[in-house]
Amino acid sequence: MTDLSKPYDVLVVGGGNAALCAAISAREAGASVLILEHAPKAFRGGNSRHTRNLRTMHQAPTATLTEAYLEEEYWEDLRRVTGGETNEELARLTIRSTADALPWMEEHGVCFQPSLSGTLSLSRTNAFFLGGGKALVNAYYLTAERMGIDILYDTEVTHLALEDGEIRSATITCRGFPETVRARTVVAASGGFQANIGWLRRYWGEAADNFLIRGTSYAQGKILADLSEQGVMTAGDPKQCHAVAIDARAPKMDGGIVTRLDCVPFSIVVNRNAQRFYDEGEDFWPKRYAIWGRLVAQQEAQIGYSIIDAKCIELFMPSVFPPVKADTIAELAVKLGLEPGALEKTVADYNEAVRPGTFDHRVLDDCRTDGLSPPKTHWARRIDTPPFYGYPLRPGITFTYLGVKVDERARVMLSDGRPTANLFAAGEIMAGNILGRGYLAGIGMAIGTVFGLIAGREAAKHAHN
Amino acid sequence: MRTTDSLLEARRELEICNACRYCEGFCAVFPAMELRRVFNNGDLSYLANLCHNCRGCYYACQYAPPHEFGINMPRTFAELRAETYEEYAWPGFLAGAFRRNGAVIAILTALCLAGVLIAAALFQSPAVLFGSHAGPGAFYAVIPHGVMVAVAGVTGLFALFALLVGFIRFWSDIGGRAGDFFRPAPLARALGDILTLRNLGEEHGCNDQDEAFSSLRRRFHHALFYGFLACFASTATATFYEYGLSMISPFHLFSLPVVLGTVGGIGIVVGCAGMLWLKMASDQAPGARRLLGGDVAFVLLLALSSVSGLTLLALRGTSGMGITLALHLGFVLTLFLSLPYSKFVHAIYRAGALLRYALERRS
Repeated sequence: MTDLSKPYDVLVVGGGNAALCAAISAREAGASVLILEHAPKAFRGGNSRHTRNLRTMHQAPTATLTEAYLEEEYWEDLRRVTGGETNEELARLTIRSTADALPWMEEHGVCFQPSLSGTLSLSRTNAFFLGGGKALVNAYYLTAERMGIDILYDTEVTHLALEDGEIRSATITCRGFPETVRARTVVAASGGFQANIGWLRRYWGEAADNFLIRGTSYAQGKILADLSEQGVMTAGDPKQCHAVAIDARAPKMDGGIVTRLDCVPFSIVVNRNAQRFYDEGEDFWPKRYAIWGRLVAQQEAQIGYSIIDAKCIELFMPSVFPPVKADTIAELAVKLGLEPGALEKTVADYNEAVRPGTFDHRVLDDCRTDGLSPPKTHWARRIDTPPFYGYPLRPGITFTYLGVKVDERARVMLSDGRPTANLFAAGEIMAGNILGRGYLAGIGMAIGTVFGLIAGREAAKHAHN
Repeated sequence: MRTTDSLLEARRELEICNACRYCEGFCAVFPAMELRRVFNNGDLSYLANLCHNCRGCYYACQYAPPHEFGINMPRTFAELRAETYEEYAWPGFLAGAFRRNGAVIAILTALCLAGVLIAAALFQSPAVLFGSHAGPGAFYAVIPHGVMVAVAGVTGLFALFALLVGFIRFWSDIGGRAGDFFRPAPLARALGDILTLRNLGEEHGCNDQDEAFSSLRRRFHHALFYGFLACFASTATATFYEYGLSMISPFHLFSLPVVLGTVGGIGIVVGCAGMLWLKMASDQAPGARRLLGGDVAFVLLLALSSVSGLTLLALRGTSGMGITLALHLGFVLTLFLSLPYSKFVHAIYRAGALLRYALERRS
């Protein structure tokens, strides 16, 4: 039974990948550790539950990774997607540390598998967890339990009392009961605020009510808000979030990977007025899905409709919800709740503008429209072969960028530029230091693992001093 | 395969799985799933029988209950599998035996034991039944050779025929052809999968009890499976000794039939005990509760056949031999009769599904 009256060496706030890495590394360094996870056991693990792989530097092929992926290329990939909105020192630290993280993960129960089908060619850059992120989380919890780490589920940390740059105590709600916990050091690994619709509304207004949250509903950002109110320095743009176009029929929260739709480049996408609004064939979908979340968010009622015909239905991964199907465009419009005449005209105008070309979904082909605004620059084929299919789209929020500022020892920085004495951060709550914009597959797990290990080690060291 | 609630549920869940595919590293089910965009009834029967119930996908699933998608593939497949057994059973009027399988097997066991004991008591004098017999033909002094051969032959051939009909029905339902059995490479691959149980967790193990990986279930199943094969080999060599070499049982302790039977019997007992323990000790959430009775009944029947056989070996020189032999034969008779209507059928359908998978992988 967990005894909350005794002070722990390290208190870990959160229960995802970063929190677990921190807890395990602190315990290995000899500290007594308590993990407080807001979610019940069934939903433990934060957004890590929904992940699948970790981007890792490596000098030579491994059992599951092909070729090599070196620091410079990794850094270049990160610099490109962030447009320079990153901290090179912390980014390179993360990149270099991933090479050692992989064997550490295996030693602590994580199983890897070769990258198989259904994934974007990532076998060279990303190590895939056997069974995905929930299996990884399960493995870490088992390891943590075996090591004697105390774990409380259904336990939310509502306040970390920061005085003179030091956390004095934590106010928590444990299965509904208020408690106060004291600890020599604290690791904040409680994620971003993307599931806090009220907070999103500050930047997006009422449009935020129509956003779907792809990951855990427990990412409420309570500790992030609590710390910034107490003078902790932040990093990352508070207004930005990673938004993908996903199936509008997805659950409000926690829909995860299956809700994605890969049909857009083969389709035309219209808004509620049955009008197109962006070039669907601008580039390959993995390079474009993240701008479509924002594009749909800017439409009336934050909804879009991707329309294809029978020629395209097998060109992309199966969708979790079956498409809306009809034998005519007008009938499809009615089923989707669109004005039939307007959709017929949009499709007719588009069909008229399609130039002949050689369709090839594996390359940026020469199938495009001429004289249409906005144009469709690749994979444009007439929508003329029934049955016709439609998928409704909504913005799906993956994560927010705002976090607390940390240094290379994972110490949380105060707004006056000094580090806090006993507060460390890891995972999404500090990922904005490194990923200020954009996204790179597997970078979130890389940051969480590396900074989790650093935070745990540093916290244990501090607790012993 | 007819459309049932379990089948519709399996289809619903697989359509979600096919949009996720995180589990593709676990076993053959997921690569086989990825070859399809729609799942017809035959496909679902094939995939349900390809599932080895390792439960890796359940613990890894971000959509497992209480998530609103409620994915529980091991349970859903187990329930569908039981319905496929019923679907393919021959003769059709015995298919219902799969529905309350635990009770059916228990009652059948009781009837067979009672039948053999009553027959022995009726047709054999107490002096013979409770006497001590030694030397060649000792067993046949209690239960005549002709009776043993006739009963074993008739029930065994019937079971074989019923299993064969079931298999042919399954094979054609999942889209297999007769020519498939003449392709050596897929056959070898499937045989390898069967003999190693590769799909029960490869090298990392499977989720025997909870979210931790372990290879216990695979090992217990191996003990049971190879034990069963050894007992089969024991019977075959004994038959050869009697008809080929004109040697009459009981055979010497270190003779091939006795050694094979002893090793096999111990393997079965150990395997059955382990499988039962895991069934009871493991997390019930990914299990199909209504199938527990039939599963346990079959494992117990196998175990009791072996225990009675080993007891017979221990007591064969004593006056307890007669009754022990009758009991052993009663259990074996039950086993023969129930082969096509018990958990045993999983062996032929799993083997068929693995062959289908090997064929698909090559094409």
